[in-house]
Amino acid sequence: MFLRNMGIIPGKAQSGADEGSGASITNLSRRSFVAGSGLFVIGVTLAGCSSYVEPDVDANAFDLPDPGASPLTQVAGGDATPALWIAIEEDGTVKITCHRSEMGQQVWTSMAQIVADELEADWDKVQIVQAEGHERYGDQNTDGSRSVRYNFHRLRIAGAAMRSMLTEAAALFWEMNPAECSAAEGLVSNSQNSDTLSYGNLAELAARLEIPAEDEINLKEPDEWRFINKEIPSLTIPLITRGQGTFGIDVDRPGMVYAVVARPPQVFGRVGSVDDTAALEVPGMLQTVRLRDAKPPALFQPMGGVAVIARNTWAAIQGRNALDIEWIDGPNARYESVSFGEAMKRTARRPGTVRRERGNVQTGMADAAQRIEAEYYAPHLSQSPMEPPSATAQWTGDKLEVWACVQDPQTTRQTIADLLEIDKENITVNATWLGGAFGRKSKPDFAVEAALIAKEVGKPVKVTWTREDEVRHGFYHSASAQRLEAGLDEDGKCTSYLHRTVFPPIASTFSDGMATPTDGEMGLGATDVPFAMPNLRVESGDAKGHLRIGWLRSVSNIYHAFAVQSFAAEMAHAAGRDQKEYLLELIGKARTFDPGDEGATYPNYDASIEDYPIETGRLSNVVEKAADMARWGRNLPEGHGLGIAVHRSFLSYIATVIEAAVSPDGTLTIPGIWLAVDAGTVVNPRHARAQMEGGTIYGLSNALYGEITARNGAVVQDNFPSWRVMRMGEAPREFDVEIIQSNTRPAGIGEPATPPAAPALTNAIFNATGHRIRTLPIIGARGSRLSLPETETA
Amino acid sequence: MARTLKINGKDETVDAAPGTPLLWVLRDHLKMTGTKFGCGVAQCGACTVHIDGAPTRSCVLPHDSLEGSEITTIEGVEGPAADAIREVWVENDVPQCGYCQSGQIMAATALLAENSSPTDADIDTAMSGNICRCATYMSIRRAIKEAASRA
Repeated sequence: MFLRNMGIIPGKAQSGADEGSGASITNLSRRSFVAGSGLFVIGVTLAGCSSYVEPDVDANAFDLPDPGASPLTQVAGGDATPALWIAIEEDGTVKITCHRSEMGQQVWTSMAQIVADELEADWDKVQIVQAEGHERYGDQNTDGSRSVRYNFHRLRIAGAAMRSMLTEAAALFWEMNPAECSAAEGLVSNSQNSDTLSYGNLAELAARLEIPAEDEINLKEPDEWRFINKEIPSLTIPLITRGQGTFGIDVDRPGMVYAVVARPPQVFGRVGSVDDTAALEVPGMLQTVRLRDAKPPALFQPMGGVAVIARNTWAAIQGRNALDIEWIDGPNARYESVSFGEAMKRTARRPGTVRRERGNVQTGMADAAQRIEAEYYAPHLSQSPMEPPSATAQWTGDKLEVWACVQDPQTTRQTIADLLEIDKENITVNATWLGGAFGRKSKPDFAVEAALIAKEVGKPVKVTWTREDEVRHGFYHSASAQRLEAGLDEDGKCTSYLHRTVFPPIASTFSDGMATPTDGEMGLGATDVPFAMPNLRVESGDAKGHLRIGWLRSVSNIYHAFAVQSFAAEMAHAAGRDQKEYLLELIGKARTFDPGDEGATYPNYDASIEDYPIETGRLSNVVEKAADMARWGRNLPEGHGLGIAVHRSFLSYIATVIEAAVSPDGTLTIPGIWLAVDAGTVVNPRHARAQMEGGTIYGLSNALYGEITARNGAVVQDNFPSWRVMRMGEAPREFDVEIIQSNTRPAGIGEPATPPAAPALTNAIFNATGHRIRTLPIIGARGSRLSLPETETA
Repeated sequence: MARTLKINGKDETVDAAPGTPLLWVLRDHLKMTGTKFGCGVAQCGACTVHIDGAPTRSCVLPHDSLEGSEITTIEGVEGPAADAIREVWVENDVPQCGYCQSGQIMAATALLAENSSPTDADIDTAMSGNICRCATYMSIRRAIKEAASRA
């Protein structure tokens, strides 16, 4: 038998499940089966207890798999070669590489659940290795609510392939048919006797076996899942409760100095002159560095300015305060967000570019018994994760290493390579934990700053953004103006629908002067509108960007769902109908449709429309479910109202019902929220519920208070007093989430709860008061209550 | 000028410029990064520590005013209230990203130490200075009540 001939199995394996007792298979090289080249092991966690190890900078000595030897490099979703994702050590530790960024969505846990389930791992032995940014992992852009969707299949394949190899190794050792052997919870047993072999014992041998092809791999049936769709506790939270774990702002390197940056007030403003005399007198100050000016298009380049370097963060902040800088205005110095918003509203009143069309809206409107129209406005927003952007960079010769709270370490690496004109192979980017992200940290400008400053200073440098920096120098959610028109027949049924949306596109950040909303943004709630009326047209209008425009949790879905779902309720009111019943009528009978059949170019969140069709039956189902949960139609106290909204985004279907309570003086409270979500297969229902709560409150916080304005091209708000967010006391006392059980393909969880939140609230306020809110924010940074027009108060 | 601060029961000597907030002394001088920076203006609560048991924003608190005070951080907070809070936080997966949670736990621990059976309104009042952008507010409210029943 070749095992013994190879001399690696000196004796008989121990019986029983006693981990570690099977020491007879020895001399197993740890490296032979270690995967991942995870350069930065930021935390090692055992379920139920916590431990913490310093970054393992030697981890890149791990052997990498030879891709030529794997038949699994091209499975759906990418490379499923087991050793890329899984390393099993002699003591049975299962190291799972997580290539997505952990930002609170519990991706460490969900990725591990997927792998460990098919692997039949012992969960208590699972540890996470955070991957560096590298193409070998495929897409690492932790954005778009797609970590599970992109990786569910291939990580199952990787886990199952390794389970198969471990089982085969045991069969070889026992000289049995692999069919007589089976794996469970980190052990292989057989049907002939009571012997078991642990994965730690089998790892080296298994590593020498051929990797099975995809068609030889048997995935478990859903009813066999041990971890998937189970409420497995988070792998990060035990560390968090002790202040452990490394966020971007927590990185420390020997000899490190600290930097903050004084940036131009406007995008593409420049430094005229700088006097740092007083700054350098601040105790702890070391030096200042003038950064190169930014030039259009913005891309992910730093905005220039003056870097202030000191022995600690506080000294750097004080030094920056003492700088005397004369700024030169840039091309955006005349941007006034309020007047620009008025201009966008005017654009929305003129015919725009048709992006989807069904029937004939003009004749439909002309034939209507009743016509209604409404205009909606939503302002710029800031993502404002609790951890502001922060990055640390260290040069060693011509090699650069970066540690940063980035959503995409690959884009970070490529951007640094491009902007510093260095070879990507000389750059290592380590993703730390992210203290929230919400889209801000998918833009790696702050990591580029760290790389530039560290090069000038010749020491490791940590760049910290203060909250003021984060609020004033961000990549902002687009402001938008929208106009909707509808024609209703004599029965109040909608026969004709026009939606015109105007906003500066995110593309303006990447292509100077780009003003036309892109197909991607139009497909976030505008061109994919699920309504069934015979005449429908969706149009866009152009608007130029004057701030850096970027992604924010659920992106254009926010303003599109706000307008479309508000207008659905306005149509219901005009027709004298119940909001929920009318919404179901607008959606129509259960069907699938492709906006592409009506002239739209519809990306469908980068998924094929065959794999992820738009299913109106799933929309109606969550509407009914959420309404039932909220006991829609119940008698409510005076001043209370229920509002409903439904939206498909990131391939998930969510309906939200909100109860609003408005006192006679306009004080608003939210007693309860009821949400139903159909996201296909859900890997961790507990963490999915947390995202439903978080995504909803994020949307409500923005709708109630969120408003970034610009004057003379510079953002007015600077910190939490003027950039207001929701606090504990404003959160609802009741928040019920129901996850529709489904084994269909997994869809998004992190973002899709946000879009329906704002219209569900404004629809509830309408039902409570008769007052229709079409301009956000509802209350604003300084307000304390709704301003209710006297005549409209119910 | 070197000063001695009593942090988590241990004397720590720090040499920081007068007026340097405790937050940065903890994070940059002592490398105790469990206490977080969120706003720098005592608006978000991420930097909450206990000074002689009272929840306090360390980002605006000059360290040189603290000689003789008992400073407690997330790394060192202990006792029945802290134990119950940590236990419930872990059992219920209260945090999401976790960045604000050092401050949340310090505020919640101080609340429980003072009030063994807080109402929703008590919790809202005590915790409203701690912002969570992941919006774990509902989980925190439930968890504090659960911890109160155990502490």
